[in-house]
Amino acid sequence: MDATIKKQLEITACKIRMGIIEGVFNAKSGHPGGSLSIADTMTYLYFNKMEVYPDNPNFEDRDRLVLSKGHCAPALYSTLAQRGFFSTEELKSLRHIGAMLQGHPCIHIPGVDMSSGSLGQGISVACGMALSGKLSNKSYKVYSILGDGEIEEGQVWEAAMFAAHYKLDNLVAIVDNNGLQIDGRIEDVCSPYPIVDKFKAFGWHVIEMDAHDFDDIERAFNEAETVMNQPVAIIQKSTKGKGVSYMENNVNWHGAAPNAEQYEQAMAELKNTLEGLEG
Amino acid sequence: MADVIKKATRESYGEALAELGDKYENLYVLDADLAAATKTGIFKKKFLERFFDCGIAEANMMGVAAGLAATGKIPFASTFAMFAAGRAYEIVRNSIGYPHLNVKIGATHAGISVGEDGATHQCNEDIALMRTIPGMTIINPADDVEAKAAVEAAILHNGPVYMRFGRLAAPVINDKETYKFELGKGIKLRDGKDITIVATGLMVAEAVEAAKTLAEEGIDARVINIHTIKPIDKDIIVEAAKETGAIVTVEEHSVIGGLGSAVCDVLAENYPAKVTKIGVNDEYGYSGPAVDLLKKFGLCASNIVDTVKKVLNK
Repeated sequence: MDATIKKQLEITACKIRMGIIEGVFNAKSGHPGGSLSIADTMTYLYFNKMEVYPDNPNFEDRDRLVLSKGHCAPALYSTLAQRGFFSTEELKSLRHIGAMLQGHPCIHIPGVDMSSGSLGQGISVACGMALSGKLSNKSYKVYSILGDGEIEEGQVWEAAMFAAHYKLDNLVAIVDNNGLQIDGRIEDVCSPYPIVDKFKAFGWHVIEMDAHDFDDIERAFNEAETVMNQPVAIIQKSTKGKGVSYMENNVNWHGAAPNAEQYEQAMAELKNTLEGLEG
Repeated sequence: MADVIKKATRESYGEALAELGDKYENLYVLDADLAAATKTGIFKKKFLERFFDCGIAEANMMGVAAGLAATGKIPFASTFAMFAAGRAYEIVRNSIGYPHLNVKIGATHAGISVGEDGATHQCNEDIALMRTIPGMTIINPADDVEAKAAVEAAILHNGPVYMRFGRLAAPVINDKETYKFELGKGIKLRDGKDITIVATGLMVAEAVEAAKTLAEEGIDARVINIHTIKPIDKDIIVEAAKETGAIVTVEEHSVIGGLGSAVCDVLAENYPAKVTKIGVNDEYGYSGPAVDLLKKFGLCASNIVDTVKKVLNK
């Protein structure tokens, strides 16, 4: 990847992470861990990959993203705000009564392609959108991000069968393999491993990716575009809480908001990262 | 009555889809390995390229339907009521209802008239479940004519619609030229001043039959067909309570949460009146021939007659 573009993406990702912390801190609740783990992928998709139109969010030929792991709404909202769908100021009222930004994604928010939050459902909807694109000879792509814990839901595998059966090669599912779910390590709770083998067995083209390296992210999404007659699953190895030292790989930050002191520390760390990048 | 034409509303559903497929090119049909039973196979035969079998995976089917609707298509997701409203409830609620997507759910084999398959497949709870979803329209047609009209009305309505069809052949009663289907509007099939029988679906014909018998015994019963259970026609129900006093509701569904409950909701808030509910009581069905089961559960004209007389102390 071009070094200038890479640096710009890293800067944007850092700002998106700051927005995530801002949102969750002001909401006094929410899911920072899994939001931080997908921040780089969201950055790449919305700033370097997807055809989206902040001035015309519902343009019918746009690429679409269904955040199947809807609890990571702070990442989606922060990304959409950075991309210009709405003001970053909105993040401060996340989850507040009467606010636009609901606790989980809502289709009525500019840039949000589907309401989600009940796990396992988004991938099915993404299948429907992908099938619809094929039926209408549209060239748009559909992306859907799932949690590694989320794939314990049986509906995910119903969708996996469907996508392969109907050869939905305009669908890319990204599984965020940060290894942690609410009750602990995914292999301890009710292991969904081996994830790669499962998707392969279901007839998907599987690509493994480092979720925090834009060169590797680009390689993975470029490979995804070359696949024909098969849906693509990108299994991204990520770090839950990535970018905030005390949140990294700590399951306690799956669904908890930082207090004022922790907020200051997180923002100071991210600001430091940002300054280093902008240097 | 030998000349009465009978047809199962699931058959009407399949035929209507096939007929309307030409007129509405944006209509797509999904099924979950039951095309032969739900009768969407009739559509499939004519429009193979617009039919998608999702396999035995109802949850995913509802999600796929949501995705099709979110991208401008009009999908009809079809399976048995048990699986459409029961198994897939939460997907219908969160992926179709909450985003208010334009998905039409064609649920066949509703009620105990499923017959021999027994309790696991006799869904007496679907109306109750679907009524709890904000913005969901619920249609329970009485016969072939009404079922076909309902399918087109569902296409023309922008928003989620749950349609309930039966397995058992139902007599065609809406064959008069004056018949008109209006979403959300009840139909007064027979005027009367002593009592009102409010019926839906398969029970409408039984209510009409019961009213005839009652008339012979000097009881003037009004009969109202409520095909749209949500939004319900409040006016026709309140008017009936005001003009006839007592109400008897009849449905092939649990007495908990269905038509009877909806009528009680309307009257409790607007014009309290005595309501007696005929339906499946708080119990499961069991195997047997449909017609015999309906009699066993009191879902027949003779039980309506008896109930009305009891209410009127006659």
